[in-house]
Amino acid sequence: MMRILVVLLSLGLFGAAKLPAEHAITSAHRSLHFRSVTFDLGLRDQIGQLGFIAALSGFRSLVADALFVQAHIAWERTEWGRVLLLFRQVTTLQPRATLFWDVAAWHMAWNASTAAMNDSTQPRLALRVKAQREYLQLGKDFLEQGIKNNPERPQLYEAMARLYRDKYHDHEHAAEFFEKAAGLPDAPSYAKRFAAYELSHCDGRAREAYDRLHGLYATCINERPPTLIGHLKDLEIKLDIPLEQRIPDPRP
Amino acid sequence: MRPNRGTNLQAETPMSNSRHRAFSFGRIAAITANTFIELTRLKIFYVVLLFALLLIGNSIFMAQLTFQQEFQVLKDIALGSMSIFTSLFAVVATARLIPHDLEDRTIYTILAKPVPRFEYLLGKLAGVLLLLAVSVIIMSALFFIVLNVREQIVLRETVRQMSASPPEQTAEAVRAVSASAFNMNLFPGIAIIYVKACLLASLTLFVSTFATTSIFTTAVMVFAYFIGHLQGIAREYWLQSNSAGWLTKVFLAFVTLLFPDLQLFNLVDDIVAGTAISLALFAKTATLGFFYTGFYLLLASTVFYRKEL
Repeated sequence: MMRILVVLLSLGLFGAAKLPAEHAITSAHRSLHFRSVTFDLGLRDQIGQLGFIAALSGFRSLVADALFVQAHIAWERTEWGRVLLLFRQVTTLQPRATLFWDVAAWHMAWNASTAAMNDSTQPRLALRVKAQREYLQLGKDFLEQGIKNNPERPQLYEAMARLYRDKYHDHEHAAEFFEKAAGLPDAPSYAKRFAAYELSHCDGRAREAYDRLHGLYATCINERPPTLIGHLKDLEIKLDIPLEQRIPDPRP
Repeated sequence: MRPNRGTNLQAETPMSNSRHRAFSFGRIAAITANTFIELTRLKIFYVVLLFALLLIGNSIFMAQLTFQQEFQVLKDIALGSMSIFTSLFAVVATARLIPHDLEDRTIYTILAKPVPRFEYLLGKLAGVLLLLAVSVIIMSALFFIVLNVREQIVLRETVRQMSASPPEQTAEAVRAVSASAFNMNLFPGIAIIYVKACLLASLTLFVSTFATTSIFTTAVMVFAYFIGHLQGIAREYWLQSNSAGWLTKVFLAFVTLLFPDLQLFNLVDDIVAGTAISLALFAKTATLGFFYTGFYLLLASTVFYRKEL
C-alpha cells in the first residue's frame, strides 16, 4: 500500500514538475509552425471518426496521404465535388504542406473551371460562366488559406501569381505576387523576372518594368532568356527609348 | 533467460567474487544482450521486410504522380510506418519481458544471483531500446535508399526532358527535384520517433511491473497511447478554462499529471511538409523524452523492488 502511495505521489509530483517544460516546448513548437492543426469538432466532422482518431494518434500525415490518393482518383473520374471535399480535408490535416494547397488550387482553378466551362450538359452559357467563376474563386481561396498557413514560403505566392496571370488576366496582382515570392528565401530565380514581365503589361508602369528588366538584363551576362530580350525590345519601342540606349539585337 | 554463447552472466556475477559491486555495467550488458537476442529470435525483423515491401510497392504506385507528390507521399508513408512499427515494437516487446521470464522461471535464476532488481529492469529495457535502435537504423537505411533511387530516376528524366532548355532552367528544375526529395530535417524527425518509442517502452515496463499478464499491459498501453496523445489538449483546457466544473477539472488534472504528452513527439508530420526543426528545439524535445524514459524506469524499479515473485 505504501509503495502504491509513493508511486502515485511520485507520478503526481513529476507531472507537476514536467508541466512547465511541456508547456514551453508546446509554445516553441507552435512558434516554429509545428502542430498547427486544431483538433476540434469541425475537423472530426470533416474527416470522420476513424480518420480523426488516426490523426490524433500521430498519423496525421498518413491520413492526409490516404485522402490525397482518394482525391487523385476522384480527379481521374472528374468528380469535382468530391475532389473539393477531399482537398479541404487534406489541407486541414496538413496545412504546412504547400504541395497540397497548390494541387488543390490547380484542380479547382484549372481543371474544374475548364470542365465547368465545357460542360455539355449545361446549355446556358451564363450558368457555365458562373460555375467557372465559382471554381476559380475556390482555387483562389485555397491559395489564400495556404499562404496564411505558410507565409514564409514562396511556392504559393508564385501559384497565386500564375492564377492571376493565366486565369484572371490581372497583371497588376500577378506582378505583386511574383514580387512577394521573389523576396522570400528559396524563391526560384525567375520569380523576379516574371514580376517585371507582368509589370510590363500594366497600364502606366511600363517605365518601371523597363528599368527592372534592364537591370536584370545587365546582371544576366552569361545567359539572357529570349523572353527577357523580347520584353525589353517591346518596351523600348513602347517607351521610345533612344537608339543608342537600346540593347543589341540577339544573334541569330 | 537462455544461456548464450556471446554473454556469460555467471562469469560476470560469481557468487565467489568477494568484491561484489552494487552496480555493474557488465551485468547490465549481459542482461541487455540476452534480451536483445531473445527478442531477435521472435523474428521481429520480419516487420522490417514488410516495411521494405510497403516502401517499394508505394514508390511503384506513386510513380504516376508528379515527383513532388510522389516524394511527399513516400516520405509520409515511410516515416508514418516507422512511427507505427517502432511504437508497436516498444509496447509488444516490453509487455512480454517480465511475464515471459516468470513463465520460463529464468527470472528466479537471475534474481537468485546477486543481481539487483534495478539492474535486471535496466538491462531488460536497454535490450528493448537496442532492438528499437537497430530497427530504426535498418528502416531509415531502407527509406533513404528507396528515396535516393527514386530521386536519381526523376533527376535523369528531368535532365533528359530539359536537354534543349537553357542551363539555368535545367539547374532550377534539378534543384526543385533535389529539394523535394531529401531534407536534412528528416534525421531529427527519425530521432524523435526513436525517443518516443523509448518513452513508450519505459512506460510499458512500468505498467508490466504491476500487471499480471502481458495482455493486460498491452491493453493498458493502448489506452495510455491514446490518452497520451490527448494530454496536450487536456492540459491546455485545464490550465486555461475557468468555466469547467470541479469534476471536469479534477479529471483533466489527473490526465495532465499522470500521462506524458505524446503529441510533443509527433514532429515528422510537419517535418515532411518542409517545416525546419531547430537544434535547440530538437534537443529540448529529446531531453524531455529521455527524462520521461528515466523516470518511468525509476518508478518501475520502485514497484518491482519488493514485488512478490
